[in-house]
Amino acid sequence: MKRREFVGLTGLATGALFLPSIPGLASSPVDPARLLEAVDPAIKKRLADAALNAAKSAGASYADVRIGRYLNQSIFTREKQVQNIASGESYGAGIRVIANGTWGFAATNTVTEAGMAKAAQLAVQIAKANAKVQKDQVKLAPQKGYGEVSWKTPIEKNSFEVPVKEKVDLLLAANAKALDNGASFVNSALFQINEQKYFASTDGSYIDQDIHRIWPTLGVTAIDRTTGKFRTREGLSAPMGLGYEYLTPKAADRINGPAGTGLVGYRNSYDMLEDAALAAKQAKEKLTAKSVVPGKYDLVLDPNHLGLTIHESIGHATELDRVLGYEANYAGTSFATLEWKAKNAPYGSKLVNIVADKTQPGSLGAVGYDDEGVKTGQWDIIKEGKLVDYQKTRDQAHIVNQDHSDGCSYSQSWQDVQFQRMANISLQPGKEKLSVDEMISKVDKGIYIAGRGSFSIDQQRYNSQFGGTVFYAIEKGKIAGMLEDVAYQTNTVEFWNSCAAICDQSDYRLFGSFFDGKGQPSQVSAVSHGSSTTRFNGVNVINTARKIG
Amino acid sequence: MAILSQDEAQAILKKVLSFSTADECEVTLNGETGGNVRSARNSISTSGAVDNVSLVVESRFGKRSGVATCNEFDDATLRRCVQRAEEIARLAPESPEYMPLLGPQQYSAAPQAFAKSTAGITPDYRAQQVGASMKICDEKKLSSAAFLNDEAGFVAKRNSKGLEAYQQLTNLEFSITVRTPDGTGSGYATADYNDSSKFDAAALTRTAADKAAMSRNAKALEPGKYTVILEPAALVANSDASLLQALMGALDARNADEGRSFLSKKGGGNKKGEKLFDERVTIYSDPTMPEVATLTFSGDGRPQKKTTWIEKGVVKNLYTSRFWAQKAGIPDLPRPSGWVMEGGTQSLQDMIKGTAKGILVTRLWYIRPVDPQTLLYTGLTRDGTFYIENGKIKHPVKNFRFNESPIIMLNNLEAIGKPVRVGGNLVPPLKIRDFTFTSLSDAV
Repeated sequence: MKRREFVGLTGLATGALFLPSIPGLASSPVDPARLLEAVDPAIKKRLADAALNAAKSAGASYADVRIGRYLNQSIFTREKQVQNIASGESYGAGIRVIANGTWGFAATNTVTEAGMAKAAQLAVQIAKANAKVQKDQVKLAPQKGYGEVSWKTPIEKNSFEVPVKEKVDLLLAANAKALDNGASFVNSALFQINEQKYFASTDGSYIDQDIHRIWPTLGVTAIDRTTGKFRTREGLSAPMGLGYEYLTPKAADRINGPAGTGLVGYRNSYDMLEDAALAAKQAKEKLTAKSVVPGKYDLVLDPNHLGLTIHESIGHATELDRVLGYEANYAGTSFATLEWKAKNAPYGSKLVNIVADKTQPGSLGAVGYDDEGVKTGQWDIIKEGKLVDYQKTRDQAHIVNQDHSDGCSYSQSWQDVQFQRMANISLQPGKEKLSVDEMISKVDKGIYIAGRGSFSIDQQRYNSQFGGTVFYAIEKGKIAGMLEDVAYQTNTVEFWNSCAAICDQSDYRLFGSFFDGKGQPSQVSAVSHGSSTTRFNGVNVINTARKIG
Repeated sequence: MAILSQDEAQAILKKVLSFSTADECEVTLNGETGGNVRSARNSISTSGAVDNVSLVVESRFGKRSGVATCNEFDDATLRRCVQRAEEIARLAPESPEYMPLLGPQQYSAAPQAFAKSTAGITPDYRAQQVGASMKICDEKKLSSAAFLNDEAGFVAKRNSKGLEAYQQLTNLEFSITVRTPDGTGSGYATADYNDSSKFDAAALTRTAADKAAMSRNAKALEPGKYTVILEPAALVANSDASLLQALMGALDARNADEGRSFLSKKGGGNKKGEKLFDERVTIYSDPTMPEVATLTFSGDGRPQKKTTWIEKGVVKNLYTSRFWAQKAGIPDLPRPSGWVMEGGTQSLQDMIKGTAKGILVTRLWYIRPVDPQTLLYTGLTRDGTFYIENGKIKHPVKNFRFNESPIIMLNNLEAIGKPVRVGGNLVPPLKIRDFTFTSLSDAV
């Protein structure tokens, strides 16, 4: 199944799952024991040097090598049974070179000195072929070699070391909770990713990294057989850059939602059983919820919902390659051009502070070094409503007169070329003490939205439409019952300029996108977006109900 | 090693099966070789090549199943791979939806699925094609971003029940977006083929360039319901979800029977056999059709045969897993990997000529589901949206966001044009009345 079909699915609850053709899901399945075997860095260094030397001998002025072992384990269940357990491994090497001022790339799964050398020579051959029709020579920001260094996601419990049975039991227990609370159907899944990446370059870096990600997720469907109506409620977990400890609930990580909703938010640990039970109750409640009256509303957006809006309308809009036109043939360009930035027009209200961060603990985007050997950090994207910077790689830095990369290079696997991918992009919490209930108490006519729903944005990141998982009417400062058929349509700049209040740090949580697509051939990456509950005034809400006869 | 012949592949698979001690064992080889070039701002941005072969072993003891893989082919590795699959199978829970492996099957031939021309593509060929495309845009003072991807591959399968399958495939895909330097115009063209000898990057580039030039300085129209002509690339996308793929993706029997599909009936059952679309809507799949030849067997080894899914507006068949087919007592049909929507003989130009007032849509983008109950989707027009009046394109218009269901859309059919290949499918341009645009976009 192709990724575009996967992203087109209406969620876990809409039917049987297929394994999409993306790394971590469609690589070759292996047994769990294999997943704990690591390759000795000394061997990888020898192989990498074979490739670097071959590339230089063939005429490359620069070369980098990524030897990657990409591991995954995905478990899918529905109701009382396991649908699929896929343990996967993909091992190989990707070699990127500059020859005659042009990029070339080749990948191989023959990870021997001879195989590496052959792939390096092919990469140079490709670069030289392309150089004949190339106009602009590649300019790389200087990068010092780090020598032999390493970095590992700071996890407490490697999910690959947890017996499969334990994971299956948890998912089936969550399903049982949903069924006990009135679900007609329930799907649950656990995605686990481990990237064992070794990077080496002609700059003199040899970087060994061990990166872990996890995503427990569920979807509950409630059906009214007499009317034929069905409604779903997705889980409120977030994919995280954590180990299996994320699935051990801790009271300190539990954040109560607004009074009158029963909702619970989760920070660095997730109570799947609690969420499954509530999901079933809410899916049933959605069957009889009031259909929204279209119009202007003040929106109060939960972090588990707002993260996706941040992702689409700020995260992607401030990627420099997109701004410059490198993504024009796929996801498009951006309204936030260099010329637009120069006008110093407000991207958002003065409350809006957006930070890019490749180091944030627990986040999906946290790494020590990016996929072109740049040490990661954090930087401002929007400060008090004004766009101040973009996200960049080594070959883009010079375009904005910067002498270093931001460390935004990433490839989904050994066999794909690395390119600019999104850092964690997060809305900073409010500086004044403000709880969600206090925020809602000041809203006269509004809607509270939690969870991920439908999302769509145009090719320059102006016009977007977002749904959600659950919606509650706010009337005269109080939650006034569940709503259905809600979606809001916005223009990015108008939306962020309507930002009127942001809850404080105590409400701050990460939302995540586990399969963010970009590039041709399309690649996925994983990225987090932090925020606290935030209010936006006067947003256009439409009713999505239709009749099909 | 990426493209093994049938004899080479089956020799490896026979050897792997000889190592099996399981009740049932199925082994599959997948190989792929290919390359790509990506350009932006009339310059090459990235390019690459890939070469990979992998073996998947599925072993079964009773209703327990285990899977392992390797990508090295010496005897010791192959033997270890089989042993691992068997170890996992012994530890796995019993599957309540277990189905025994298939025995020998008859598969149709689809010789056009593989073309030597495509399998023989070199880095120089890719650079020449993309170079020719960029040259046109340089001459016209337009900015292009394009993607050329080609691949040759094979799938070989064998099992302990006597099933044996092998097929080679090739594919080339090209898409291009051309923009005017002032950023006020954008045009798009795309095509894909099994046989690269049909490919002409320059011709596609000219189409996109003409649309970019035509779409400058678009005027705003009020959102609302309009008659639209949706070009094939607006109905099926190479790189995104699409309205017709969404419809085809919803023809799943189990979802319909379980009550969570637009095909579910009140009180139970599904709507197979009911007329849900305009009577001119007929959609079928045929993996042997030369224009869209593809794999003639599914992932689980079932033959992919010519199957009618919608006939004259009536839902004729739903696809299903083998388990659900047996449980529900329905035909055992795998999900198709490509399909054909029957069309007429009208060209796009004929359809424009026959339109008093309407909007021509080159492409739709960022299409996502809004409500699975009604199959409502949202998305936007992109890269060439034009107002038609009295049979002529009058002027470009600003892009719209739509909220529309393919079910409603295919009931509001005004005309069907001649199908062309998009994303491995044959898709006609469609003229639709009362297509729902809900807001305007400033995006170009």
